[in-house]
Amino acid sequence: MKINHHWLRSWVQTDLDAPSIAERFTLAGLEVDEVVPVAPALDGVVVGEILTVEPHPDADRLRVCRVRGDSEEKTIVCGAPNARQGLKAPLATLGTVLPGGLKIKPAKLRGVASEGMLCSEPELGLGDEASGLMELPADAPVGETLTRYLGLDDYVLDIDLTPNRADCLSVRGLARELAALTGSALKAPEMDPVEAEIDDRVEIVLDAPADCPRYIGRVIRGVDVTAATPLWMVEALRRCGMRSLGPVVDVTNYVLLELGQPMHAFDLDKLEGGIRVRRAKSGERMVLLDGRDVALDPDMLMICDAQRPLAIGGVIGGEDSGVGADTTDILLESAWFNPASIVGRARRLGLATESAHRFERGVDPTLQRLAMERATALIMAIAGGRPGPVLEQVDGGHLPAEVSVDLRPERVNRVLGTELEPGEMVDILERLGMQVSEGNGQLTVSPPPSRRDIAIEVDLIEEIARVHGYDRLPTRRPRGRLRLIAESETQLPERKLRHQLAARGFQEIITWSFVAQDELSRLGLDASAQALANPLSRDLAVLRTSLLPGLLKTAAGNARRRQQDFRLFEVGTCFQRLDQGFREPARLSLLMMGRVHGEHAQGAGNKIDFFDIKGELEHLLALNRTAGSIRYLPSRQPWLHPGQGAEILIDDSPSGAFGQLHPDCLAAFDLSEPVFVAELDLDRLLRVALPVYRAGSRFPAIRRDLAVVVADDVQAAALMDAIREIAGEKVEKCFIFDEYRGPGVESGCKSLAIGLIIRDLWRTLTDREVDSLIEAVVSGLEKRFSAKLRG
Amino acid sequence: MNHTSPDSLLEQALELVAESGDTRALDDVRVRFLGKKGALTGLLKQLGQLPPAERREAGQAVNRSKQVLEAAIADRQGELEAAALAQRLAAEAVDVTLPGRQHEAGGQHPVNRALDRILDIFAQLGFSVATGPEVEDDHHNFGALNFPEHHPARAMHDTFYLPDGRLLRTHTSPVQIRVMSGMQPPVRIVAPGRVFRADSDQTHTPQFHQVEGLLVDTDVTFADLKGLLSDFVNAFFEDELEVRLRPSYFPFTEPSAEVDVRWTEADGSPGRWLEVLGCGMVHPNVLENCGIDSEKYTGYAFGLGVERFAMLRYRVDDLRLFFENDLNFLRQFR
Repeated sequence: MKINHHWLRSWVQTDLDAPSIAERFTLAGLEVDEVVPVAPALDGVVVGEILTVEPHPDADRLRVCRVRGDSEEKTIVCGAPNARQGLKAPLATLGTVLPGGLKIKPAKLRGVASEGMLCSEPELGLGDEASGLMELPADAPVGETLTRYLGLDDYVLDIDLTPNRADCLSVRGLARELAALTGSALKAPEMDPVEAEIDDRVEIVLDAPADCPRYIGRVIRGVDVTAATPLWMVEALRRCGMRSLGPVVDVTNYVLLELGQPMHAFDLDKLEGGIRVRRAKSGERMVLLDGRDVALDPDMLMICDAQRPLAIGGVIGGEDSGVGADTTDILLESAWFNPASIVGRARRLGLATESAHRFERGVDPTLQRLAMERATALIMAIAGGRPGPVLEQVDGGHLPAEVSVDLRPERVNRVLGTELEPGEMVDILERLGMQVSEGNGQLTVSPPPSRRDIAIEVDLIEEIARVHGYDRLPTRRPRGRLRLIAESETQLPERKLRHQLAARGFQEIITWSFVAQDELSRLGLDASAQALANPLSRDLAVLRTSLLPGLLKTAAGNARRRQQDFRLFEVGTCFQRLDQGFREPARLSLLMMGRVHGEHAQGAGNKIDFFDIKGELEHLLALNRTAGSIRYLPSRQPWLHPGQGAEILIDDSPSGAFGQLHPDCLAAFDLSEPVFVAELDLDRLLRVALPVYRAGSRFPAIRRDLAVVVADDVQAAALMDAIREIAGEKVEKCFIFDEYRGPGVESGCKSLAIGLIIRDLWRTLTDREVDSLIEAVVSGLEKRFSAKLRG
Repeated sequence: MNHTSPDSLLEQALELVAESGDTRALDDVRVRFLGKKGALTGLLKQLGQLPPAERREAGQAVNRSKQVLEAAIADRQGELEAAALAQRLAAEAVDVTLPGRQHEAGGQHPVNRALDRILDIFAQLGFSVATGPEVEDDHHNFGALNFPEHHPARAMHDTFYLPDGRLLRTHTSPVQIRVMSGMQPPVRIVAPGRVFRADSDQTHTPQFHQVEGLLVDTDVTFADLKGLLSDFVNAFFEDELEVRLRPSYFPFTEPSAEVDVRWTEADGSPGRWLEVLGCGMVHPNVLENCGIDSEKYTGYAFGLGVERFAMLRYRVDDLRLFFENDLNFLRQFR
């Protein structure tokens, strides 16, 4: 809501300047975004009158004017085509600095001395009309400063009103608020009823009384739509952000701004029969004031005549029923619409009208008649006309009931932590125009009809706090009953995991939760993707099912910025549409690119490979004692290199996958270097085992190594599992310390060197016992894997 | 058999010890004079052939020479070892000003860095962390929070919808509903998380992070809310900032407030009021919607934008940098 300081101050007995009013409003919850002067400083510019105009002796396009301004007559050379005798125009006297920075000095123009400058609108920062001098009305007082004459020492307050304060969407509402906040008196202009001069009546039928329980109409005949709207009204409208559109529309807009009642004017000649207020019929259409032909929805409230819709109630008028250039007789409308019947309709039509903005927030249901009288008087004053009687249709049962709210003073103090006396509360409420009665230790409060936001006790508590001033409310330091927040030792805090990853060189990133559909489909991860109904763009159209697209886009972006060796991770929510329901798995994803370590004087590190990322994962799992038995299997994920991708199983349930990104995906994301990625189930990773002490053996360990030749497709993990199973718990550790293919090993086979650490908890093992254990292992491996001991 | 005197043997040996250039040469000297077949050892063996009266004196003379020689060898051994070590160390010297071998350090995203700090401060005051889903239903995101159906207050939130009518939560406030629907007061939680608004420009991103705070108990007042937020802001910024509460409107709190801090720019230019938080007393309708007696209990709630706090704390002047994930930017916060 934009409101200028002059207008507001004309309603309130106050000397406060615009910034002070802005501060009061802001601290009372009416946030003033900015306070803007309506015009630049124009010191030295006065109303001038051209007395004579003579041609310039030496220049065809220039003329020499004698101008009366501040004190004495001046000669001024001027090139404007509209300079003529008797014209009143702004005169910049010597010494004036114009908004553009031009300083007015005595000058000679082609030999003729000029002692000032007659100005156009743009030269003064007052408008765009650059074709000639700014023309002032004939009655403008010569010598008066332009600023005072046009009221330009004014400011516009741009107020960001919250949706509950519909009552403040007018000068009257803001003035009431200001009066309440400052304790000053209101001084509303006189708005007396205008007596009917003719008896023209129009039938009004309320077919949808719940949507429109009050409709007031009035005929005014003989209106001169060509009359000029007076400067003061044009200026008031302009400063509040509205253009002048002719006297009738200007008046309805003026009343809307002044009182908060949206009105509409119909051309009486274009109406067929009376007014009927009803819901739109299905299939009905109409052409709006903005020229669009729209289909109407059955929940839209229509103002119709006997034949057709004339306007969408409370939203916008129709193109062919409004006031036009040849209108002489009008029907004015001032109605109350139920907010629920208006809300959302304008938005649905792509409209944001001042009228809908007010009706959907709630207009004072008692205001319609006053607004009608005010508009009638203003139209008659500007454009003449003879008014008919006020025609009112009301369905009282559907008008909002008067509200009465009980308020317990002790509850006020309990919520606010204050020790206010009931008398102080009553004072505040009465300043806000509420009627308060006391009885039984509590107050009964009737808010004014404009305050449709006051319905329950806490609404009044807020009003008391607000007007009393939040800064004057007490402050109490934090306190409370102590309470332990028990955190399980078997639940790893996510933050710890993030710090561990950072310590391993991974940089955390945060990417969008939405991705493009094809980013998921290129990775084969689009099957359970959920699309948004109203995405911002195609690139952000579906919810991510995986963190990988974000990670890969980030990697590509940084690679373009010449980053070579980096590690990224993201922890975040993914989204999966299921046949029934929806899942939001939390995931951790990693990405490694480039070399193990960066370039160095003593040689660059190796290129990162599969075992680097696997090592990072194993490290993470070991560091945190991730709960459950962990296994790795070759992965068939479409986004992984078919030979370098693994699934990680924790207690046999799939918990993630990792490996080299498939080359096809690499290209799809505009990456050229191999990239290693992992995506893991975060909840699984955060479930960790509590350490439980086990006594270790005090007897010596024996290491035996053996080399076996097995077929290429035998998995190391399977071999290890078999050894543990055969040798039992005496095998403390077994591991592969070499893998070899090549001369000496038949093709299609590989040689694996296995180290075994053997130890017994209770005694020292003899050589014979160890030998027989190894024999059992060898023969077991031979049986299961056709493994041969390598000679 | 020649009769060499122990003294002359010693003299000869000491000369060789002095000449020996490495430990091997030195060992040769030791073997030659002190070994089983060494010259001085040989003299000892010959003692038996001397007349008994001379044996004692001769034996002492040989032993004296032996001791002197052994000491000389040990000294020389020490010298040679020290020299060898010094040589090796010299050979192993590196340019210690060369950088270490490493990969780039990792780090936290600045938003999470700020978030951790926020949660730490509230944890000290006994606020535990609660979370909720990011895809919400209308009831939790709006209805139960006292947003009337079709109310213009809903237009304050540009909401992303799924085709089935569910939505991406526009604030972390739904967590209030989820927590309070499952328990009775006292409630003291903070709910961090990602939220979404269909809005994207210089100062808005379609997703950002919020922390919601909620405290409900038998004796909670607006004064407690003022005290808590003022202490929090000062703790977070490690500064005594001027804090003011200004009336505002949220459907789920009443009275409601925006919290402004008087902010001094890095260049020291005079402070201006910056909005950093929204808050208020929990609306009785919200408590009742969750089955909590709004006569018996009162509470306060607040919500803050993590990016906002991160921007102020780390002097980041463009919100969008947080989501561009440029390593040159991110690495400044590790």
